[in-house]
Amino acid sequence: MDRFVFLLATGIADGVVFALFALSLVLIWRSTRIINFAAAAMAVTACYLALAVTDLTGSYWAGLIIAVLVGGTLGWAVERGVMRAARDPLSGVILAIGTVMVLQALTGILAGPQSRPAPVPFGDRPVIVGGVPTLSPYDLFVIAVAVTLTAGLHTLFARTSLGLQMRAAAFAPEMSRLLGVPVARMRTLGWILAAAVGALAVLLAVPGELGLDPHAGDPLFVSAFAVAVIGGLDSAEGAVIGGLLVGVLVSLVTGYLGAAVAPLGVLALLALVLLVRPAGLFAGVEARRV
Amino acid sequence: MNQNPRRIVLLTVGGLVVALAGTFLLDPYRNYLLALVAAHLCAIAGLSLLIGRTGQLSLGHAALMAAGGYGYVAGVKLGDGAVPDGLQPVLGLIVAVVTASVVGLLLGLAGARLHGPYLAGLTLAVVLALPALTSQIPALGGDQGLMVPFRSVPQALSSLIALEQWQAWIALTVVAVVLGVLATVDAGASGIRMRAVRDDEVAAALAGIRPGRIKVQAFVLSAAAAGAGGGVLCFVDSGVRPGGYGVTLSLLLVVGVVVGGTGRLAGAAIGAALVVLLPWLIGLGTSGLDLPAEAAQRLDGNLAVLVFGLLLIGLTVAAPTGALGLLTRAGASRKRSAPSIPTTSKD
Amino acid sequence: MTSRSRPAIRRPATVFLAVAMIGATALTACSTPEKSGSSGEAKDVPGVTRTSVKIGTHTPLTGPASAGYAPISKAAAAYFAYLNAKGGVNGRKIDYVVKDDGYNPATTSTVVRELVQQDQVFAIVNGLGTPTHAAVVDYLNQQKVPDLFVASGASLWNQPEKSPQTFGFNLDYVREGKILAHYLQEKNPDATFCVLRQDDDFGKDLTTGITQVLGKVTAEQKYAVSNESLTAQIGALQQAGCTVNLLGTVTPFTALALGTAAKMGYRAQWAASSSGGDYPSLVGYLGEDVGPKLLEGLVAANYLPFDADDDWVKLFRQINTEYNADAPFTGNTIYGMSMAYTFAEALGRAGQNPTREGIVEALQSGSVKSNGITPAAFSATNHDPFGGAGITVVSKGVQAYLDGQVFTTDAQAGPVEAYTGPAVALTGEGIPGK
Repeated sequence: MDRFVFLLATGIADGVVFALFALSLVLIWRSTRIINFAAAAMAVTACYLALAVTDLTGSYWAGLIIAVLVGGTLGWAVERGVMRAARDPLSGVILAIGTVMVLQALTGILAGPQSRPAPVPFGDRPVIVGGVPTLSPYDLFVIAVAVTLTAGLHTLFARTSLGLQMRAAAFAPEMSRLLGVPVARMRTLGWILAAAVGALAVLLAVPGELGLDPHAGDPLFVSAFAVAVIGGLDSAEGAVIGGLLVGVLVSLVTGYLGAAVAPLGVLALLALVLLVRPAGLFAGVEARRV
Repeated sequence: MNQNPRRIVLLTVGGLVVALAGTFLLDPYRNYLLALVAAHLCAIAGLSLLIGRTGQLSLGHAALMAAGGYGYVAGVKLGDGAVPDGLQPVLGLIVAVVTASVVGLLLGLAGARLHGPYLAGLTLAVVLALPALTSQIPALGGDQGLMVPFRSVPQALSSLIALEQWQAWIALTVVAVVLGVLATVDAGASGIRMRAVRDDEVAAALAGIRPGRIKVQAFVLSAAAAGAGGGVLCFVDSGVRPGGYGVTLSLLLVVGVVVGGTGRLAGAAIGAALVVLLPWLIGLGTSGLDLPAEAAQRLDGNLAVLVFGLLLIGLTVAAPTGALGLLTRAGASRKRSAPSIPTTSKD
Repeated sequence: MTSRSRPAIRRPATVFLAVAMIGATALTACSTPEKSGSSGEAKDVPGVTRTSVKIGTHTPLTGPASAGYAPISKAAAAYFAYLNAKGGVNGRKIDYVVKDDGYNPATTSTVVRELVQQDQVFAIVNGLGTPTHAAVVDYLNQQKVPDLFVASGASLWNQPEKSPQTFGFNLDYVREGKILAHYLQEKNPDATFCVLRQDDDFGKDLTTGITQVLGKVTAEQKYAVSNESLTAQIGALQQAGCTVNLLGTVTPFTALALGTAAKMGYRAQWAASSSGGDYPSLVGYLGEDVGPKLLEGLVAANYLPFDADDDWVKLFRQINTEYNADAPFTGNTIYGMSMAYTFAEALGRAGQNPTREGIVEALQSGSVKSNGITPAAFSATNHDPFGGAGITVVSKGVQAYLDGQVFTTDAQAGPVEAYTGPAVALTGEGIPGK
């Protein structure tokens, strides 16, 4: 039982980070109907600058703000500079892959291939409950960020006119344009938001992993992609639930069956969910085809 | 509009003869690269048909190629002692295609109801699960994979051609069969049904077509082509190793489909050539630079990736319909207007 | 999505023509490769001219694995630059061609063929990685290309019957596991021994060696490199009450293991293999602030010179400053330079007019000693260089060999024995033959 509680806590801590990054994918999907394959590389690039600022100022929070700002700026730059050229979702995928190569090569050239450790703002020792290590203050901080962001995004899309315009621009660009929605600006805004969230997610994820290197975001991206698909690409709530599901599943499978079995567990979960709900757990709207 | 099957056969055989003759112009390494291009072309052509005809985006084709590779090894082992030595690779290739088709059938069934990114997500998870699978099933040989005995040039030809040329011949023959089959299916009634399903599933269903079944059929066909490619790779490299069939390969296959021109076999050929040859050409270009130690620390390897990425972006921006679109537009603008939709069908 | 039918070129014949044309133009566009041996050698040996020897390697310069391994080929190149500045080997300079394979076996196949067929290298030297190099070992042996000093400790490279051209460089993992386990058992006979290892051949072989000595371990936890979390595994070790943990981990995962254990307040004796126990590299992962604290007391096996006052290390430091842009000096630097030195030594032993057969013979004669803490012992029946290793410990932020803790053993069931002979001494400024 102790073992189970421990693995559950570990899974939740990992899952929240998956969820945060999946939120970034959901945001871009909602605003442009594109899966951003460059999300991880963009976020990692922003984190390099964030870490540089933290090194320079000694303040974790200055770095965090820089990560969000640079992330957003990168989102703007990539959308305006590259993704605009996409004629359809497929060429969007290719442009994103090209962007990944460029960004990973540039970070490799400028920062070198080696990993660098990332700081944490709080203690990362788990609180011991009844002799079982559970979540650490840092994990709780990450959970708090995830909950706040999810709530904020939910409000944005469900309650504000801006959010409505963003969704409209993505779902029916022609119609929205006729109705006076600045479609191009809405898409750019979606990218800025998504990239900022992505950068934040990677910044929060890195301390728990091997450290920051040009490929630090890759495993997170593939997990988050699975999470977003399981939850439903249109749903922020889905990203959170999906993230927790995948995080706990991976932790339990790793703990009881072995680490190498974990990807098989994720595949099984994905297949199961999609067989029952082809557009994810939280498919609120009719699934759109690409 | 439909191509006469006999014409396809004629063109396939003619093209093959020309290509085989062409191998005499190439040195061994270039013939080896040609064999790699042919192997990738099998998979890219199959994927191109899948994406272009039924609109199913698979990121799992690296795993299907791997299935072909493992199938090839199994086939060769099966044939050891049972069939004449020279026929072992043939048996290997048959088992490769069958194995990949079976995996493709399962994936196709699981993915028939899925749209766009959902199918992409599911198939990507399959690729990620491949190393896990090979480490869990001892018969698959873990991360070192499986080896097949090295095959030299048959006695009768050994004085005439080098090993790599022989490998290129086998690869070209396989790709000719694959392309011939794909072109035939595409030109026939199945091709029309696939396009109907892609364009409007509801309308297709009203017309008596069962979209799910058509999609599964397309997936199996595409998987079989990828399996043939994986079998050829296994033949050329004397083995199959899971590390070679990761997400990177899956993405490269999609790149090959799109940069050439989605849904077109000639586009797939251009895409396969680009995907295989471009890294090597860039390597040649960048290795010529004589960098001081400090710059080399940073630029080695990364510079090639940077150039590849920039070219990829540049090409997609310049030719949104694929390189083939660009070529036909440049070469034949006087004949017909430029295509604007990448996923167009053939006549 | 709309669609329209339109006529287009897409007949199979056109496809073949397109491929053939692209293949041909791509290739004729770049000039034919220079033929080597054109400077009038008596025998036409690939890669060897009167003034140079061209060799090649495959290694990850990009991709996730590059973080740990890219510095090795740089260090080797720096040593060769130093060697060339001092006149090379028998008047020949070393031309070291490094190809990036991204740790992808398929790419390894391609770049190694390019090195052999296009670049016409004399030998492949220090090809890196078990799954990657396994993809080319048969090819190199068929082509009779010397395949020297593979950067991996797998048992695959020591098969002189099957792969006569192939020689390893790393201490093989089984030996390393035996030696580590032997030392730890002598030191704490009553400890609860456990293993955390990578779920691949590296981890498996090392564990084979460990259990050879210890019998069954209390717990054996595995990880996959695709999942950058060890919390579940470390938790299991903690629950099992493990007091000595032997690590079949590569450097980043050693760091992650120690970091995770510290977070969980789990204290134990940690012992790493030479592939994952390099202190400077580990500090790079853990950070200058917490690294030294977490790594205090870490036991690690090693077989190359390491102590700061060692003559080899001093020389390598100097070379690193002058020829390697003063890159971070780690175990990788020492490894790359040691390997490069060993190649230079072997080339020198191959005589005034080196041939591919000659360098293999020179190695099999046993005359190449390398620079390990036990002399290399290549022979016609043994293609593994090192028969032994020493034990290092981190104490007050300094990792150094323990006196008198050098052992030799075999890769089977043989005993682990103390080695009392000297390490190979530095001579002639690290230039073989000087």
